[in-house]
Amino acid sequence: MKYLCLVYLEGQKLHAVPDRECQNCGDGFRERGVLLAAEALQPIETAATVRVRDGKISVTDGPFAETKEQLAGFYLLDARDLNDAIQMAAKIPPAREGSVEVRPVRELVP
Amino acid sequence: MLATLIRLLGDFDVAEEALHDAFKAALEQWPREGVPSNPRAWLVSAGRFKAIDGLRRQKRFTPLDEAGAAAETAVEDSAAFADPESVEDDRLRLIFTCCHPVLTADAQVALTLREVCGLTTEEIARAFLTPAPTLAQRIVRAKNKIRDARIPYEVPSPAELPERLDAVLRVIYLVFNEGYAASSGSTVTRHDLSGEAIRLGRVLVDLLPEPEAVGLLALMLLQDSRRAARMSPEGEVILLEDQDRSLWNQEQIQEGQRLVERALGSRRAGPYSIQAAIGAVHAGSPDAASTDWAEIVGLYDVLWHVDRSPVIELNRAVAIAMRDGPAAGVALVDAILERGDLRDYRLAHAARAELCRRLGKNADARQSYQKALALTRQEPERRFLQRRLAQLS
Repeated sequence: MKYLCLVYLEGQKLHAVPDRECQNCGDGFRERGVLLAAEALQPIETAATVRVRDGKISVTDGPFAETKEQLAGFYLLDARDLNDAIQMAAKIPPAREGSVEVRPVRELVP
Repeated sequence: MLATLIRLLGDFDVAEEALHDAFKAALEQWPREGVPSNPRAWLVSAGRFKAIDGLRRQKRFTPLDEAGAAAETAVEDSAAFADPESVEDDRLRLIFTCCHPVLTADAQVALTLREVCGLTTEEIARAFLTPAPTLAQRIVRAKNKIRDARIPYEVPSPAELPERLDAVLRVIYLVFNEGYAASSGSTVTRHDLSGEAIRLGRVLVDLLPEPEAVGLLALMLLQDSRRAARMSPEGEVILLEDQDRSLWNQEQIQEGQRLVERALGSRRAGPYSIQAAIGAVHAGSPDAASTDWAEIVGLYDVLWHVDRSPVIELNRAVAIAMRDGPAAGVALVDAILERGDLRDYRLAHAARAELCRRLGKNADARQSYQKALALTRQEPERRFLQRRLAQLS
């Protein structure tokens, strides 16, 4: 089953973990054959939020939620079950600095 | 059997229905054909086939169907469900699943009582003074989460075990305390829940004899041994030092003491074992005056080392008051209250009031009894505090 591991960090901690470490973590997952995708994200200041209401597109900056932590990157992993996914999420280096949200992927019902 | 079916079928509801169907089939077949040599295996096997049948009908079963395929694989695993050891393993897996840390504490308790202890939703709702529909919904949500997030039925690996076992022990002790010192309501004890928790504690110790599991069982037995003495026939609270110790249950005390020694002997004793050791000192003392308070203070020091909770600090302060006199206790309790941690904790004010009363500081005592009275939600406790207040004036 697929799990999306969303990495959250406070703004000033976005570079607290060296890129090399994150790269190694991703490589490790890839070698085990469990990595489907992984990317780091630019800071939230670069974000655009898009909505369509009554057929009209509106674009704003941010989401700028109340929380101090922002989405900093993600890993899409193929895990046996939630316990397996939690074990893998614990290996993601920024888990030390921020948090990793583990979300099971829902298959769309066509 | 339910635990085994849940593992084989991967779904609580399907398993419950399957077991129900299996019992129905047994009622029809056994009187006609005789009771099978292994009734448990027969029931599990029948339940599993009924469930697979049901899945086939419901989903126009194809070999690609995931749940069906899992059940199909399990059919070949015929030895697994006849073996009593594997049945017990299933029960342990189920306990860990119900107490999984991604479920809320409320859901862990409700699910454990429902699925592991076999209480009905109505029984659990009554015990926790929660409306039955609320509780039913809580259980449904938890089951959905187990299914959708795919929480596995497994005993955690040694690396995860300490943390996961903590969650299980917390649930069991929560159930025990809900029965022993109900947080609200008109009676202080609701024996059923405590008994259920002790039963669950025994199952856990049988299946996974970790020192803290042993320690928790000891703690519950030693606390429960005082049940008959802690309330008067009129339903009034009786403090530990005023209890008639001949009413304490010696059988539970002896078992508790043996278990404490076993837990401490492992050299891996944690907070439950240490609290049980404190209980064992009380249990071995003929009255409050001859209790070895120095020993109890020493144990609280050890406990404070592994768990820096303000409630433990408060209990330690009371033990010191018993060893060194009430003035020493009041100074410590005041220091804790000044920090603000326990300002809304009724027992902190009640303890201060009791110590002030012994010092003859009646005005201080009265003020603290009144604070405790305002915070308590238990009827017998309220009456106790009111009696104390009346004695002071």
